[in-house]
Amino acid sequence: MTSFWSNWVIILTVITIVGITWILFANRQRSGEEETTGHEYDGIEEYDNPLPAWWFAMFVLTIVWGIGYLAMYPGMGNFQGLLGWTQEKQHADEVAEADAKYRAMRDRYLALPVAEIAKDPKVMKMGMRIYGNNCSQCHGLDAGGAYGFPNLVDDDWLWGGSADAIKHSIVMGRQAAMPAWKDILGDDGIYEATEYVLSLNNRSADPEKAARGEKHYQSYCIACHGPEGKGNPAMGAPNLTNGIWLYGGTAEQIALTLRNGRNGKMPAFGQTLSEDKIHIVTAYIYGSSRQAR
Amino acid sequence: MTELNAALEHPVYNYKVVRQFAIMTVVWGVVGMLVGVLIAAQLAWPALNFDLPWTTFSRLRPLHTNAVIFAFGGSALFATSYYVVQRTCQTRLISDRLATITFWGWQLVIVAAAVTLPLGFTSSKEYAELEWPIDILIAIVWVLYAVVFFGTIARRKTSHIYVANWFFGAFIVTVAVLHIINSAALPVSLTKSYSVYSGTVDAMVQWWYGHNAVGFFLTAGFLGMMYYFVPKQAERPVYSYRLSIVHFWALVAVYIWAGPHHLHYTALPDWAQSLGMVMSLILLAPSWGGMINGIMTLSGAWHKLRDDPILRFMVVSLSFYGMSTFEGPMMSIKTVNSLSHYTDWTIGHVHSGALGWVAMISIGSLYHLIPPLFNRERMYSTNLINVHFWMSTIGTVLYIASMWVNGIMQGLMWRAYNQDGTLTYAFVESVAASYPGYVVRVIGGAIFFAGMLIMAYNVYMTTRKDVPAQAPVPSASAASGA
Repeated sequence: MTSFWSNWVIILTVITIVGITWILFANRQRSGEEETTGHEYDGIEEYDNPLPAWWFAMFVLTIVWGIGYLAMYPGMGNFQGLLGWTQEKQHADEVAEADAKYRAMRDRYLALPVAEIAKDPKVMKMGMRIYGNNCSQCHGLDAGGAYGFPNLVDDDWLWGGSADAIKHSIVMGRQAAMPAWKDILGDDGIYEATEYVLSLNNRSADPEKAARGEKHYQSYCIACHGPEGKGNPAMGAPNLTNGIWLYGGTAEQIALTLRNGRNGKMPAFGQTLSEDKIHIVTAYIYGSSRQAR
Repeated sequence: MTELNAALEHPVYNYKVVRQFAIMTVVWGVVGMLVGVLIAAQLAWPALNFDLPWTTFSRLRPLHTNAVIFAFGGSALFATSYYVVQRTCQTRLISDRLATITFWGWQLVIVAAAVTLPLGFTSSKEYAELEWPIDILIAIVWVLYAVVFFGTIARRKTSHIYVANWFFGAFIVTVAVLHIINSAALPVSLTKSYSVYSGTVDAMVQWWYGHNAVGFFLTAGFLGMMYYFVPKQAERPVYSYRLSIVHFWALVAVYIWAGPHHLHYTALPDWAQSLGMVMSLILLAPSWGGMINGIMTLSGAWHKLRDDPILRFMVVSLSFYGMSTFEGPMMSIKTVNSLSHYTDWTIGHVHSGALGWVAMISIGSLYHLIPPLFNRERMYSTNLINVHFWMSTIGTVLYIASMWVNGIMQGLMWRAYNQDGTLTYAFVESVAASYPGYVVRVIGGAIFFAGMLIMAYNVYMTTRKDVPAQAPVPSASAASGA
């Protein structure tokens, strides 16, 4: 802040504190008990009793305390206070203190591979807490997922279920991109492709339409979902043959996905969580998906 | 009504506008508190949002706050200030027509708020959610209010200005300044505008407004009310004139600084946070000055509390005032604030002021005020006032106690660490743990609300011409003020 505004703040503060102190002391007269002022308003009279001593003392005490605080801490414009306190520094100090306390223990885990620490019940417990505060909002407290948010405890992984792949998903996030096909396939084409996808799961389908749908599949879908519809974790393309549906598996829901596309997004946590916490929560997800099996 | 007004007209004073505002205080009290009970219930049972945009918590919450602060509290302040300024200046309001315009203008503001807020029109500034056309209407009504009030003071027949009018005057002037500065916005359509401030400056202006809405609307204004109705009801002189002087000037000089304590540990610069905290703590003594002056006015008249429930309302309201103005400075200390901020403790603190102080002093004053306005000796039923008193007190205690428990529990749960440095609780666990407190709050709020219904009945029976007051209760104060 410029020195003009700094002085502005200081002057207004001083005027206020000096002003209230003056009015307090100017009215500190001890006589006059049970005497009225002589005014009368609509039958109301006023005594002029002295200020209660305890109240006077309390007022003085808070003013003195306030002046002391403003000497110690920032407050008077650009004056930083004798203690050199800032809220950024307080935060940094607390983080450093926590680091000193916990870093060594976490570093021990960081040095070990995910698959190994996932067997440690202590790590699983820590991971569960990190998961609960950062991941459960979308993936659920039981990690069972929800509409649009993948289940993390089944055997099906959109982006791969190895320890490295899971960690990559957490650190960098993921952005899926299923294009919208309504302009290319048209309404009939969407319907036919839907029939084909259903036939991949041996669900009742119109064989004729499914055959036409297979042609669409071979032209457009195969690039990501593969020749057999098994998907491709390199680009997050789901397996279409295992009955697991992120956006619902009814014919209507599948047609909707084909028509409008999908853009699932996993946010990146690399900036939010420290490396050791990411390591531990990776172990938690890795471990619980394998326990669940 | 015209006939009734003619029959009730006071030879000197304008009682009509006081009567209008007094009745609407009761009506808006019932409406605003009903919405309050509904949104409290929504927090306990979310299905009560009904999956409709107009009835979601996010739209009804500002409706509740606007209704209780500006419709209920505002009408109470208009009614009492118009009554007090006439009686203590011994002169009629300077203009009956302007007074009438302030009544209908203020009701129009309230109705506009009740329509636009559920429709989702909002500036998103807390306690200043109304969009710019309504803000302009408020500013116009408020300036007219100031003209009527100060014009009447200028024509007073007394040599001095009574202390109640100092507080009413400070409230009127400061609220005008706060409202106009905080609501400054650039309109982009009839129903949408953007604040002229941005970022941290916007936040600071908002809480400079927000805290002084508490300080001047909900404190100074209601202290004005207290300074007339407490000595009147107790029939005792005010305890100390010099205490009035000291605490009035200290209160208005220091309150205006306190806003930054709403923004501790944020992007607000350290110096502003410190000044807000220091001034908030210094505010303790000036705030208590009013409580001392009110309660000590009763010295020599304590026996009246035995059979005068109106006086009980006033004394308990002063006790809650003292309690919440102690709690406020404590919560503004950074160390305490780091626990209490963002928890239900804040909501409990607000309601110990809003229910315990603002509502109860208003209710007590109205019970004193309504009989003379309608040319009655006393309220229809003193027993019902007593029932209302206990319901208000119990309701308030349940409300604030449940929010204390919830708030402190939430603060402690959010900061609890395990030995491994991870947080002990997920956020949602603190929500689940708060559920019993939310249910108790609904119960407390519902009891307080039911008390308002009893008041509405009592007021209605008092105003009816053909119903005599129930068997008189031996009360020295019942005929005062007439």
